[in-house]
Order: sequence, then structure tokens, then C-alpha cells
Amino acid sequence: MAKAQLMDFDKALELFEPVLGFEVHVELSTKTKMFSDAPNPAFSGNEITEPNTAITPVCLGLPGSLPVVNEQAVRYSISLGLALGCQIAPTSRFARKNYFYPDLAKNYQISQYDEPIAFEGSLEVELEDGTLVQVPIERAHMEEDAGKLTHVGGSTGRIQGAEYSLVDYNRAGVPLVEIVTKPIVGAEHRAPELAKAYVSTIRDIVRALGISEARMERGNLRCDANVSLRPRGQQQFGTRTETKNVNSLRSVERAVRYEIQRQAAILAAGGTITQETRHWHEDTGTTSPGRPKSDADDYRYFPEPDLLPVTPTAALIEELRDALPEAPAARRRRLKEEWGFSDLEFRDVVNSGLLVEVADTVAAGAAPQQARKWWTGEIARIANATDAEPASLISPAHVAEIVALVESGALTDRLARQVVEGVIAGEGSPAEVVAARGLEVVSDDGALITAVDTALASQPDVLEKIRDGKVQAAGAVIGAVMKAMGGKADAARVRELVLERAAQ
Amino acid sequence: MSAADLTRATAADLAHRLSTGEVSSVEVTQAHLDRIAAVDGDVHAFLHVSEHALDTARQVDADRAAGLALPELAGVPIAIKDVLCTLDMPSTSGSKILEGWVPPYDATVVARLRAARMVPLGKTNMDEFAMGSSTEHSAYGPTKNPWDLERIPGGSGGGSAAAVAAFEAPVALGSDTGGSIRQPGAVTGTVGVKPTYGGVSRYGAIALASSLDQVGPVSRTVLDAALVHDVIGGHDPRDATSIPDQWPSMAEAARRGLTGDALKGLRVGVVRELEGDGFQSGVKQRYHETLDLLAGAGAEIVEVSCPHFEYAVAAYYLILPAEASSNLAKFDSVRFGLRANVTGTVEDVMGATREAGFGPEVKRRIILGTYALSAGYYDAYYGSAQKVRTLIQQDFDAAFEQADILVSPSAPTTAFKFGEKLADPLAMYLNDVTTIPANLAGVPGMGLPMGLAPEDGLPTGLQLMAPARHDARLYEVGAAIEQLLEGQWGQPLWSQAPALATALGSNGGAR
Repeated sequence: MAKAQLMDFDKALELFEPVLGFEVHVELSTKTKMFSDAPNPAFSGNEITEPNTAITPVCLGLPGSLPVVNEQAVRYSISLGLALGCQIAPTSRFARKNYFYPDLAKNYQISQYDEPIAFEGSLEVELEDGTLVQVPIERAHMEEDAGKLTHVGGSTGRIQGAEYSLVDYNRAGVPLVEIVTKPIVGAEHRAPELAKAYVSTIRDIVRALGISEARMERGNLRCDANVSLRPRGQQQFGTRTETKNVNSLRSVERAVRYEIQRQAAILAAGGTITQETRHWHEDTGTTSPGRPKSDADDYRYFPEPDLLPVTPTAALIEELRDALPEAPAARRRRLKEEWGFSDLEFRDVVNSGLLVEVADTVAAGAAPQQARKWWTGEIARIANATDAEPASLISPAHVAEIVALVESGALTDRLARQVVEGVIAGEGSPAEVVAARGLEVVSDDGALITAVDTALASQPDVLEKIRDGKVQAAGAVIGAVMKAMGGKADAARVRELVLERAAQ
Repeated sequence: MSAADLTRATAADLAHRLSTGEVSSVEVTQAHLDRIAAVDGDVHAFLHVSEHALDTARQVDADRAAGLALPELAGVPIAIKDVLCTLDMPSTSGSKILEGWVPPYDATVVARLRAARMVPLGKTNMDEFAMGSSTEHSAYGPTKNPWDLERIPGGSGGGSAAAVAAFEAPVALGSDTGGSIRQPGAVTGTVGVKPTYGGVSRYGAIALASSLDQVGPVSRTVLDAALVHDVIGGHDPRDATSIPDQWPSMAEAARRGLTGDALKGLRVGVVRELEGDGFQSGVKQRYHETLDLLAGAGAEIVEVSCPHFEYAVAAYYLILPAEASSNLAKFDSVRFGLRANVTGTVEDVMGATREAGFGPEVKRRIILGTYALSAGYYDAYYGSAQKVRTLIQQDFDAAFEQADILVSPSAPTTAFKFGEKLADPLAMYLNDVTTIPANLAGVPGMGLPMGLAPEDGLPTGLQLMAPARHDARLYEVGAAIEQLLEGQWGQPLWSQAPALATALGSNGGAR
């Protein structure tokens, strides 16, 4: 595939105004699926590994099977709608979206079409410098996920050219809420940043609501980013592309930036944008064309006759409204104050997408500064190096445990970093890693004194200097002792002992 | 007691004799299996005869001998329309695309039959995916009308109706989307009920048109239908359209009809739009005789008008194909059923499978429905049809203010000959003109024998309709009318059916 021409980002923004739109799919973590009593793989308590084991006749669309709406999924959807500032429809309806595809067991998807459960909302999103942006929400509707296809034998992993394809229906019927924004204008050069902040805010909300695992790398949260450009001064929106498969916060930002630069180059050269879906490639940081998409795609929607309309009572809606957690922006203001972070420190946490992790780590007993230090430091570094989400690497409880071990003196910072590495490598809990790797600080003075005496004896010139009052010379001896102890000693105690033994 | 007596007995009678120990379920079941072997080569009511029937019967007998308390119909055989999923028998819905498919689950109604310890005899023939009024659209060949083997048994549930009319089963299950229980009942001289929509679970009934489909009983007497209805009816959490209400006993209602004076003062609404042009003279004659009889028994005959019934067939043939086109999309070879042996893309295989697996009537309706749902046509077709549906519901509401029960002939004609309407789909569709309104409105309807048409000596049927959720009223009134008519005839209609030639041995042709 020919590499797309890109225009310099600032130049692109000079010529064109970007218009954004997002469709975010949230997998709800109900115990069972949207329309059947099959276990829901998006619920963390359901350990499902083998393909096609979390299925019932309903998930397979077997003849005669019928869907029944999961009440918990409806409650979750209402809560999410409320958190997005939406109105909740007293009557909403499921519809059938008809199209043939082998991952769709019935060859139609049960979704909501012209009567979604939530509509007309607005979400406050905070940018990195604290600027607040209101993102207009068009609707949030319920639907079922499709199965998963694995294309075997082709070079691209896509269906084109594959010898055969395998279908896993475990995901078929997982409850989804699709959140659709209205066109977002005015973001200008901060469009990529806004894209990331928007998805990040949705992630914070669904986590705070406890309605989704919200792990992007697992597909719990999936973002399709619509981007179009219009020449400066033009009223009418340009032709948009829809970039799919964007499964990390960083990718959302990069994909939007890439599409702005790609489209600008085409438009500036007098070309036209094809309305299509595009696939994001994490490795190359580029998008490639998917299938053409037009507004004329005919899904032959009609009301799902197997299901009754969804009619939540006003009392239920109010009950769920009262139970809503704090809005993310308000929560951030409160936490910043409680933790005593500087603007910079707090923004660092938020912008790394680690607010929930830090908060959970603090809740598990760690000091706020320590929690911040580990998440934005060592863990973020490993996450960056391995292209993973920090949250997927280690749990807040384990981080808190490590912090406690350092506080108690059982671990040095250096040892603690090894423990973090061990936990991430899957070697077990911090205590297990400490035990297995033998990382506990040596607090037996006897062993330390022997090592100190040996080190002093082998460096008589240093011993002289110390005795002459040049205390800073002790560093060389301390280093030798630490090395001899394999790093498993408390450097402060070693220093005390060096000075003590040198004086004798 | 002779085997012939056992096959001509009603389910209620068999249940009684089984409970007293006069006969065993094995004897009753064997008698019906023998009858199937003897006549089904000609009738072809069954697509599959169960290999487990005698074992099931034996277990019921053993439990009875052990003194276990058993449900009323325990040990009574029953035939099951092939539209229903059964764990131990293929379930094809009359289509090649599902040939040999054995579902991994029982339809709720089938599970309830088993829980009631009834004995499934086999699966009955039907028009493919219940699309038709004659069983001529079955992929496995038509069923013959036991009254005249040259004629259709009605459809789509011709197999269940013929099985009961030919004494191959005392009772059967059917499904009724636009008349598939009641119209076969009319032309075979049997009883059939389409319950209130939501009254009987659809879970495991292979869907034709989800908003219209309803499973119901097929029998030779109103009481037998009521007994089966009590077994299969009631709320099912697996069907979201299932009504959660508690239902009264239909059997008690039928028994009240047989003993009380249900007809006295009953306001019987004669639907003006459901007779006239296109109705066979013998059907009209029997219909008016029956109305006179009802008046004589103290009923008040009132004429009611349902002006929008005129549009019912047109609306039905938009809603049904639209829903069916979507319901039948799942037959794509990926997970079950036929797979055409072609190479190419998955779309090529899907297309070739559907081309090979669906018959012409199914294809016709898929195309109609796909068109009706297409962007730009939706409002004009599907949307308008739904509005007609609302108007028909309002017609019913108004009519039921004037009448306790509505009546019409169950079908405009007696059984027609094979091939007579095959080339003219519209003529075939009009055969359901009387039955379709009840499906569109979701109200219950019953068909029961109304005598033989003088000109051809073939059965005619009377249709009763009640307000939604008042199925019990149908059974009470139906049983009373049945008794009144049989009093006139001196015997049940079905006992006048011509004897069928019987084949000896078990090579009767049923598979």
C-alpha cells in the first residue's frame, strides 16, 4: 500500500477546521449476556478461555431461540445515560439491524435505532491544561456485541485472501452501550487531545459507575473516531472517515492527528475524501481503508418483534440518578485537594490516565505521593516500554502493598522496583515475589558488620579519610557493602555502621 | 378394548381410562403407532415417528404402577408440528435447509408436554416454515386430507390436523400465524385453537412472523384442546412476549360449557365482513344454520361491522414477509443445517445454501419482505401495515363492546384439490381471510366442526373469537356449541369420515 501523504499538522489547521465525532462502545460487565443467560465474558468473575463455551441457543441464534432483555444491563445503561447528562426515554425500543455476516449469529443485530434509551446529553471533558470542554452527546443506546472472527491463511489477517475463518461466539450477545456524540466543532489544534480526553473521561465514568471493566486493550471500551475537515470559512461539513480499531487512549489521539494530516494533504491537492471506515494500525501509526460506507447503507431496520419496549419507571430513573457517583471533573477537584498535589503533579496523574489507579491505591492504604510516584514512574515506564495500559499490568492493591513494604523498611526503592517487575511478570503478589526472589532487606546487623569490616579492610585509604573526618568518602565503602549484599541492605543503616566501625 | 377403539377415543377419555388402569399407555401408544403404520403411507401426516414413544409410555405405566401421582394427560400420545424444537427428533419446519437437524433443546411447549408425561408420537408435516394453506409447500411432499386423499388438509399445519382426523393421534400441537391451526381444522373436521398472543410460549417454535406466531392445540373435541392448552399455556420467562398473568383452567371452562347454559343470553357477534363473496355456498349454508341453532338455544345474534378487516390480508402479507425475511436470515449454513457444497467466499456459500435449501414460496416471501423493509419503502409498506393493524385492533375493541364472542366461518371454502391454487398465490393467500384478523389483533380464535357442505360432503368450520386474554370464553362457548351441533348430527362430525385403506405391517411410509 502506498504511504499516504501527510500535511504538517499546524499547516493543516491553518487551512482547515477539523470536525470530530465519536462512537464509543462500552461492554457492560453484567454477569450474563444482553439477551440470554449465557455467562458474559466481559464480567471479570467469568473466566472464559475456550472458544464457543460461553454460549446458549440464543447466542448462536438457533432456530426457535428468543431474546430476553437483561434487566441489569438496562439499569447500567440508564446510569450511564444519566452520567452523560442525557434524558432517559420513558419508552425505548429495540430494533433489528439486518445484514449478513458470519459473526452475527442471526444475521441481524438487536440494537436500538430511532428510539434509544438515552439522548440529548452533554459531557464535561477536561484537557491537559485544565480547560473544560462540553462534548455534546446525541444518544446512548443498547445493543448486543457480535462474535469474533479469526481469518486464517491470508497475509493480512483480514477476510480478504483468507483460506478459512474461525468464529467464536463467546462475545456474541455481550451487552454494549454505544455512545454517539454530535459533531464536535471548535476543538481546532487541540482536536487530538480532546479525542483522548473524551475517551478517557468515558472510561473514568464507566469505572466509577462500576458498569464495565473498561479495559481498552481487551475491547471493553472501543472507540470509532470520525474526522472531517472543512476549509476555513465554509459552513458545510466535509466528508468524514470513521477510524475503527483504536484501542488505547494514546492511539485515539494519534489516529485523529493522523487523519487530520492525511485528509488535509488530499484536500489541499484538490482531491476528495472517500466516505469509508478506516483501520488504525498501532504499529505503523497509520490508517488504511476499510469498507466504503455511505448513508445509504440499508440495514432494513424494524422494531424487534420478539421484545417489548423498554419502559423504566420514573422511580427507577430517580433511584439511579441518586446513586450516581460524583462527576469526574468534580471528583478531580476534590481529590487534588485531599491529596495535596501541586497542579503539575495532579495533571501528570490525570494526563497519564491514572487517576482511578492512584485513587484506588490510596484507598488501599498508600500515601498519595507514594501512589503517584509508583504509577506515573516505574509502572508507567514499563507500560510505555511494553505498549500496555498501566492498569492492565498491576493492581492498585499490589502497589499499595509494595508501598507499605518500603515504608516499613522491608524493601528499598531499588528492591521495590524489582518487586514491581516481578508482579508484572506474573510471579505473584508482592509478598510472593519478595519471597521467591529473596529480595527482603538484610536487617541482620551481624551480616552487615562483617561486610562493612571487610570493605573497610580492603580500602585502608578510605578508612583513613573517614577517620580524618572526611565523611563523604564513606560512599565508596557503602557502595562496596551494598554490592556485596546484592543490594538487599538498607543503605542508611549501612552508612551508620560504616561510620561506627571506622571510628573503632 | 380394540385398538380401533383406542385410536378413536378422545384424549379426555384415554386419560380417564389410563387413570383407572383400564388401559396402559403402552397399549394406547402402540395402537396409535400401528394406526400410523397402517394409514400414514397414504395420509403422510408425519415427517418423523418417534423411536422413543413406547419407552416413554412404558415409563409412565411403571410410575403409575408404583403409585406415583401423575398429571391428568400422563400417558396420552400427542403429535408435534415440525415447527417445534424437540431434543430427540429432527425439527425441520418442513424445509430442506433444516433436513436432519436435531436441536440441542426442547421448545418450552414440548418440555411442558414431557413434564405432563404425555407421549410424543412424532413430528407432523407442514408447509415450509409454515408458509402456506395446503402443505403443498412442504419440502417433503404434501399431506393428504383424510376425508378425500385428492384434497389438501389445509395449512400450514395440515400434518397435525390430518393426524388427528385420521386417528393417528388423539391430539397434536400446531402453530398459527395467520390461520395455520384453524383453517386445517376447518377442512379436516377437527378442532384447533390459536391462543391469545403471549398466552403460550413461542420459545423453541421456529419463527415465521414473531409478532403473529402462536402455538396452540389441535384435537377432535373442544375439551381435548382445552386439556392440552392447560398443559402448554402460561408464562415462560424465555419468551419476552409471554404474558405473566395467571390463567384460568381452560378444561374447567370447557366442562362448564358442556354442563351449563353458556349460550343463554350470549351475545354472538356476526362479523359482516367475514362472509359473502368468495365464500362457498355450502359453507354459508352451514354457517347460517348454526347461527339459527344458536339463536334457538337462547343466544342473541348481533351483526357487527369491522370495516378495516378488508385490509387485513394486505397488511398481513406485508408484516409477515417483513418479519420472516429477517427471521429466516439465520439459515446461512454457518452454524447448523444445510451447507451447499460450493467453493468461494462465505457469501457465495450462504447464497448457494439458501438457493438450494429454500422452496419457491419461502423465497417469494423473503423477497417481498426484504422489499417492504427497504429504505424508502418502509413507511409506505411496513409502516402502513402496522397502522392497519392498529385499526383492526380498534375494530375488535368496538365489536367486543357489542358482543361477547365473534363468529365467522373458519375458512371460506371446503378442502380444495391439490394444485388448484398452487399457481395463484393470491387465491391461496385469500384462503386465510377469515383467520388473519385474529392474528393481527392478538386475540384468541377457535375453529370447530360446523357440518359437511351439502355440495361436496366435506367438512366446514366455525370460527369463534374472544377478546385478548379471554381464551376460557372460547372453550366454554365452543364446548356448548359443539354439544349443540353434535346433538343435531347425532354423532361427532369426525366419526363420519370415510374409512381409510390400511396397509398391513409397518412399512407405512412414515419416516
